[in-house]
Amino acid sequence: MKRFRRHGQESQRDRLKQELFQFSKTVEHGFPHQPSALGFSPSLQLLAIGTRSGAIKLYGAPGVEFMGLHEENAAVTQVHFLPHQVELVTLLDDNSLHMWTLRAHKGLSELLEIGRFTLTGPPGAPPSVTRVTAVLAHSSGELLLLGTEGGHVFVVEVPGFRELEERNISLDQVSSSVPDDYIGRRNLEHVEALQENPVNPNQVVIGYGRGLMVIWDLETQRAVQHIPATQQLESVWWTEDGSHILSSHSDGSYCRWSVGGEDSKDEEEKSDIPYGHFPCKAISKIVQLPTANGPPFLVFSGGMPRASYGDRHCISVIHSKTHVALDFTSRIIDFFVIRDGPQHTGDPSALVVLVEEELVVIDLQTEGWPVIQTPYLVPLHSSAITCSHHVSSIPLKLWERVIAAGELQLTHYSKKPWPITGGQNLAPDPPQRDLLLTGHEDGTVRFWDASGVCLYPMYKLSTAGVFHTDTDPNDNMNQGTEGEWPPFRKVGCFDPYSDDPRLGIQKIHLCKYSGYLIVAGTAGQILVLELNDEEAEQTVEAKVVDLLQGQEGFRWKGHTRLDVREEPVLFPPGFQPFALVQCQPPAVVTALTLHSEWKLVAFGTSHGFGLYDYQQKNNVFVKCTLNPSDQLAMEGPLSRVKSIKKSLRQSFRRIRRSRVSNSFPVGCNDALQEANARLEAELAEMELAPVQRKIEARSSDDSFTGLVRTLYFADTFLSDSSHNTPSLWAGTNGGSVFAYMLRLPPVEHRTDEPITAHPAKEIQLMHRAPVVGIVVLDGHGAPLPEPLEVAHDLSRSPDMQGSHHLLVVSEEQFKVFTLPKVSAKMKLKLTAIDGSRVRRVGVAWFGSSRSEDYGESGLVVLTNQGDVHVVSLPSVKMQVQYPCIRREDVSGIASCVFTKHGQGFYLISPSEFERFSLSTRCLVEPRCLVELPAHSASPTQHRPQPDGSSQLQSCFVSSAVLQEIQKSLEVDQT
Amino acid sequence: MNKNHRVPSNRSLSAVEVKSKFGAEFRRFSLDRSKPGRFDEFYGLLQHVHRIPNVELLVGYADVHGDLLPINNDDNYHKAISTASPLLRLFLQRKEEADHLAFGTDSLTRKKNTVLSAVLLRPDPNRKKPPVIISLPKDFRPVSSIIDVDILPETHRRVRLYKHGQEKPLGFYIRDGSSVRVTPQGLEKVPGIFISRMVPGGLAESTGLLAVNDEVLEVNGIEVAGKSLDQVTDMMIANSHNLIITVKPANQRNNIVRSGGGGGGAASGSSGRSSDSGASYYGYSSPGGIGAAASTPSHIIQNFHPEELESDEDDEDLVIEAGGEAELIPCAPSASYSMPSLPRYEPHLNLRTAAAAASSGSLAMERRSLEEDGTVITL
Repeated sequence: MKRFRRHGQESQRDRLKQELFQFSKTVEHGFPHQPSALGFSPSLQLLAIGTRSGAIKLYGAPGVEFMGLHEENAAVTQVHFLPHQVELVTLLDDNSLHMWTLRAHKGLSELLEIGRFTLTGPPGAPPSVTRVTAVLAHSSGELLLLGTEGGHVFVVEVPGFRELEERNISLDQVSSSVPDDYIGRRNLEHVEALQENPVNPNQVVIGYGRGLMVIWDLETQRAVQHIPATQQLESVWWTEDGSHILSSHSDGSYCRWSVGGEDSKDEEEKSDIPYGHFPCKAISKIVQLPTANGPPFLVFSGGMPRASYGDRHCISVIHSKTHVALDFTSRIIDFFVIRDGPQHTGDPSALVVLVEEELVVIDLQTEGWPVIQTPYLVPLHSSAITCSHHVSSIPLKLWERVIAAGELQLTHYSKKPWPITGGQNLAPDPPQRDLLLTGHEDGTVRFWDASGVCLYPMYKLSTAGVFHTDTDPNDNMNQGTEGEWPPFRKVGCFDPYSDDPRLGIQKIHLCKYSGYLIVAGTAGQILVLELNDEEAEQTVEAKVVDLLQGQEGFRWKGHTRLDVREEPVLFPPGFQPFALVQCQPPAVVTALTLHSEWKLVAFGTSHGFGLYDYQQKNNVFVKCTLNPSDQLAMEGPLSRVKSIKKSLRQSFRRIRRSRVSNSFPVGCNDALQEANARLEAELAEMELAPVQRKIEARSSDDSFTGLVRTLYFADTFLSDSSHNTPSLWAGTNGGSVFAYMLRLPPVEHRTDEPITAHPAKEIQLMHRAPVVGIVVLDGHGAPLPEPLEVAHDLSRSPDMQGSHHLLVVSEEQFKVFTLPKVSAKMKLKLTAIDGSRVRRVGVAWFGSSRSEDYGESGLVVLTNQGDVHVVSLPSVKMQVQYPCIRREDVSGIASCVFTKHGQGFYLISPSEFERFSLSTRCLVEPRCLVELPAHSASPTQHRPQPDGSSQLQSCFVSSAVLQEIQKSLEVDQT
Repeated sequence: MNKNHRVPSNRSLSAVEVKSKFGAEFRRFSLDRSKPGRFDEFYGLLQHVHRIPNVELLVGYADVHGDLLPINNDDNYHKAISTASPLLRLFLQRKEEADHLAFGTDSLTRKKNTVLSAVLLRPDPNRKKPPVIISLPKDFRPVSSIIDVDILPETHRRVRLYKHGQEKPLGFYIRDGSSVRVTPQGLEKVPGIFISRMVPGGLAESTGLLAVNDEVLEVNGIEVAGKSLDQVTDMMIANSHNLIITVKPANQRNNIVRSGGGGGGAASGSSGRSSDSGASYYGYSSPGGIGAAASTPSHIIQNFHPEELESDEDDEDLVIEAGGEAELIPCAPSASYSMPSLPRYEPHLNLRTAAAAASSGSLAMERRSLEEDGTVITL
C-alpha cells in the first residue's frame, strides 16, 4: 500500500517534470562556419548558404530561417534554386545532387530533402566523365543541366532526377562542330560555366575551361554559335537583353561578345584587363546588370594585380564613372545582386557578398554605396569571443537607451531596410527583452538583442580607449587615399587581429536596473561603467590592488599591467567607464560580481579576491588565496615549471630506455638491435602514455588551488539567525569557500563612512573539488533575488523568517548547508556516480506548460560530458538529463551560458551560437512560412509557368514522384 | 547537549549503571540502555561528571571477559553499553599521560594483555563481529580490504582502499584497453579500463590487492562499462577518500576459493601489509583473523558498518567560524578519528608557523589556522 502510494507520487512528479522541462536545440545564431556556397531565389527572396560540413541554411526576412543538414558529411559546393519554385538543388563535394523543398506543414514551412541523385556515366567511363562542375537550373523549372569535368553536359529532369539521355550534349557533338581555326582543336577541357539566354530559354551557353563557349539550342540539339575565347575561362554572363555574353578569364581579363544570328561574326567586341599592365589574378565571376536610365552596373570579383594586391579579396563595382574595389577581410565565396521591381527585374538595389567570415550587403542605390547592417548572419567572431553573459527581461528604459547609443554608432550604415524579404515570420513577439553580451579578444563588449530568432547587434562598447595601446588610432581606417589604384574601399567588420591580448574581456556583469556594467579582462583590469546618454570627457581613476598581501617567494612572470591614459578621454554616448581597478599581479580575472544596490564590486584572480567600493572609489579589502606550494600560480602563465618537470621525466625515461638496451645479451648488442629496442620502448611508451590517467586524490598542493572561481553577494544570516547582514562569498579551485560579513554605512553616510568587511566563515570542502557556484536559498528554499530586483517590484522579497540555506556547487557535488551555523544538510554527488563534472551552473526558473501560475526554480547544469541536467531546489535532486554538446567539443562546453528562464547558448563554431531550451514555456525558435508568389512571372514570358497547361504532363509525373517521396518520408517519420 | 543522560533514571532494566574512574576519583551515574546517544555526547558527559571540562581523555572499559577495551567512537560505545551487565566500568586517562601505543597492548590491567590481544584474533561466537576499533586510529587503521566476497563471482575482486587523511598517494594509473567478453553471440571484444601502472610505495601497490593489467569493472558500485577513461578517472578521484574498485585480476591464481564453511582463508594470500602501522594491521591478515572472518563469511573484514560507507570522509568539510574556531561538520564517528586528516589543511590556510611536531594534530592546527585568538573545538 505504502509502496503503491509512493509510486503514485513519483508518477505525479514525473508528469510535473514533463510539464516543466523539455530539451530542444532551437536556432543557430551568427554566421555559419566555413560557408562554401551561396544561392539566391529572386522570386522567393530567399538566400541559401551551404557549408563545408554539409549544412544548408536559408534566410529571408528577419526571423525567417531554415536549416537542413545533408546526411553525407561533404562540403556543399553549389546551391541553385529552381526558378520560380520552392525547390533548390545542392551539389556536394562527393558529386551527389540533392533536392530540397520548403513544404508547408500546419501553417509553417519546413525544409525537407526530397531526393538525391548521382550521375552515372556509361560503364567503364572514368569518374571525371560524370564529375559535375557546372549546374544550370533551367528557367522552365523542370530541367537541370549538369556540366562535367569530362566536358559533357547531362540533362536531368527535376524534381524527380530522371536522366534525359537523348538530350545530353556530349563533348563529341560539340567538338565536331568547332571551327577548325580554333587553335588546332585541342581538348576543350571541363565545362566551366552554363548560362541560359535570358530572352530565349532554348539557348544555353556552354563555357569550357579551355576558353571556348558554345551557344547551344536545346530544341534543335545543335550549336548555334561558337565563341572562340583563348584564355582559361572563369565565368560567363549573358546580358539581360540577350545580345551579349561576358566572359571572365584567369588572366584577369573579361571580354564582351555579341550574340547574333547564326551567321554573325563572333568577334570579341571589347576586351579589357581592368587592373592591367602587370599580370593580374583571375576574375572568378562577372555580372552585368542594366539600369532603367543610365549605364549598367558591372560587378566582378578578383582581377587584382598579382604582385602588389594579389592577397586582397576584392569585388569591383563599376557604374558610370564610379569604380570601387570593395576590399574584404576574408576570402570571397560568392556574390549576387538584388534587383528592384515587382518581378525583381529593375535596377540593381543591393550587392550581397558572402565571404568566408561574414555576409556583406552593399546598398547600390545610396550615394557612396554604404553597407546595410545585417539583421542576422552577423559575424559574432569579428574579434574572437572570449566570454559571454546573458541578462533576461531588460527594463524598457535601459533597452531604449542601449538602442539609442547603438544607433549613434551606425551612422556610416545605409538607412535602407534589409533587402532580402522572403517568407513571413510567424513567431509570436518575444515575451521579454533579453540581452546577450559577448566579450571579445580586442577588448570590446558587444550587446545583442537575444529576445528572438535573430541575434541582432545593438551596441558595441570598446574598452581599449582607457588604455595606452600600441595601435595608432589613425591606422585602422585605411581608406584609400585620393587617386589610389585600384580604388580600394574596406568593407566588412571581421577583424580577428587584436592590438593587445591583454585587452581581452574575461568577465562581464550588467545590472539591468541601474545600468551599471562591469567588465574584467586578461591583465587583471576591472572597469566600472555607467550608461550615459551624452558623450563625456573624463579621466578614469585607476586603483591598483595588491592581491598578494606580502606573500613571500612570489615571482610573477606574466604580462605587465595595462598603461592607463592619465589625460581625460572622450567617451561617446553609451557605457562610459568611471572607475578602474587593476589587480597586482595582473593575472586574468577569473570571477566577478556586482551589487549595484550596495555599489560594490567583487573580483577574483588566481591569487585572491578583493572588494571594491565604486561609490567611494576605494578598495574595501583583499584576501590572498594563494597557496605557497603552488608553483604554477606563483609564477604566472609563462611558468616553466611544467615543462621542466616534463623534460626531467623524459630524460629519466631516456636513461631507463638506454638501460634496457644495455641489458641485451652481449652477443647481439649491435646497432640494429639497440635501435630496435629503443624503437620498441618508444612505441610502448607511445601506446601507453597518451591514454594513461593518474588516479590521485586532490591535495592542497595541486595547481591553482587558490584560483577564485565564483563570487556571490547575499543578504543573509551569517553570524546569527536573527539578524541578516550583507555578505560576500567566494569559492576557490581548491574547494574552499570564504564568507565575509559586510558592514555598510547608512544611506545618508554612504559616501563618507567606510565599508568594513570581516571574515565570518571559511569552509574547506573535503573533496577539494573546485567551487563553481554559490547560492543562498531563502526560507522558502528559493534563491535570493538579484540586487535591486525587489526594489523594482520585479520579485517578491525573499523570505527572511525561515532559515536560509547555503548551496555550494563544486565540480563534483551539490551540497546544501544550514545557515548561520554551517552544517551539511543535503547533497547530490555527481562525479562519484557517473564520472561527469560540473562545468557551468546557473539558477533558472521553469514555468509549467500546463498551468500559468505554477513554476519552480532549479539549477541548470552543464557537465564536462556535454550533458545538461536540471537539479531541483532546494532539495538538490536530479530532475532531467539531456545530451547537449559533444563531449569532445571543449570550447563549446566552455562557452555555454544559461538564461534565467531555462534557455542557453553555446558556440558551435567560432562564429555561431546554438540556442537551446530546457523549458516548456520559454522557447525561441523560428516559425515561418514561405509561399510561392501568386504570379511569379519569369522575366521572359516565352514559356508558360510550371503550373501552366502545356506542362501538365511533366508536372504530373514530377508531382507523383514527389508525393511518393513525401509518403516514404512520412513513413520514416512515424 | 546531554540532558538525556544527566538525570539518573530509575533503576529499571533499561538503565545501565556506570562507574567511571579517573585517577583516584570515582563517579557513578546511569545511562539508558536503549538510547545510549552518541559518543561525543557521552564524552562530554564524562568530562562533565568528573568536572574536567578541558581535559582530553582516553576512555576504556572492562568488557565481559574482563578485557580493557577502548571507547572512542559510536560503535564501541554502543557495544560497551549493550554488553554491560549490569555495571559498566570505565577507566579514564588523560590523553597526554596515556601511552598511545601502549593502549592496545599494554593496558592498565597489564596482566590481561595477552587476553586482550587474543580477543582480536579469536573468533567469538557471542559477538557478531570483532571489536570495531581496537586502538586509536592514530596508531592503527585499515588501509585496504577485500569485500563482498560472497556476492561476487570468484574471478572478480572488490577492493576497498582507505585513503583517510594520510599523505600516502593512492598511486596507480588506468588506461583504455579491450577485453574479451562471453556473449550469446560468442566471444566479443569490448572496450575496458585497466590498471596500467602502480606507483612504487603508493597505497595501491602496498596493499598487494591490485596489479597492473587488472581490469576495472566497477568504481564504488557503479559499472564503468560505457564510460570514458576520463569519466572513470574522475569517478575514482571523486571517491578517492574511500575507493572501492571491483577488478578482474589479470592474475587469476590468487582468487578466493569459496568452499563450504572452513578454510576460506585464501584471501590472505594477497591481502596486503600496511607499511605505516604494520604490527597492528597484521591483526587482520594473520591466519587467526582470517579464521574469524571465515566464520562470518559475509564480510571478510568487518571494520565498518555499512552506513559508514555512506557517511564517508568527505562529509567532514571543515568550517572555520568568525572567531577562528575550526570544526568539522557533520560529526564524524569519533572526534579523534578525523584527526589525521587535519594537518592537511595547514598549507592551504597558509599559516605555517608551528612545527608539525605537536603531538595533537588538532591543537597544532588550532594555533596555526588562526589569524585571531580563539580555540579550536574539533567535534
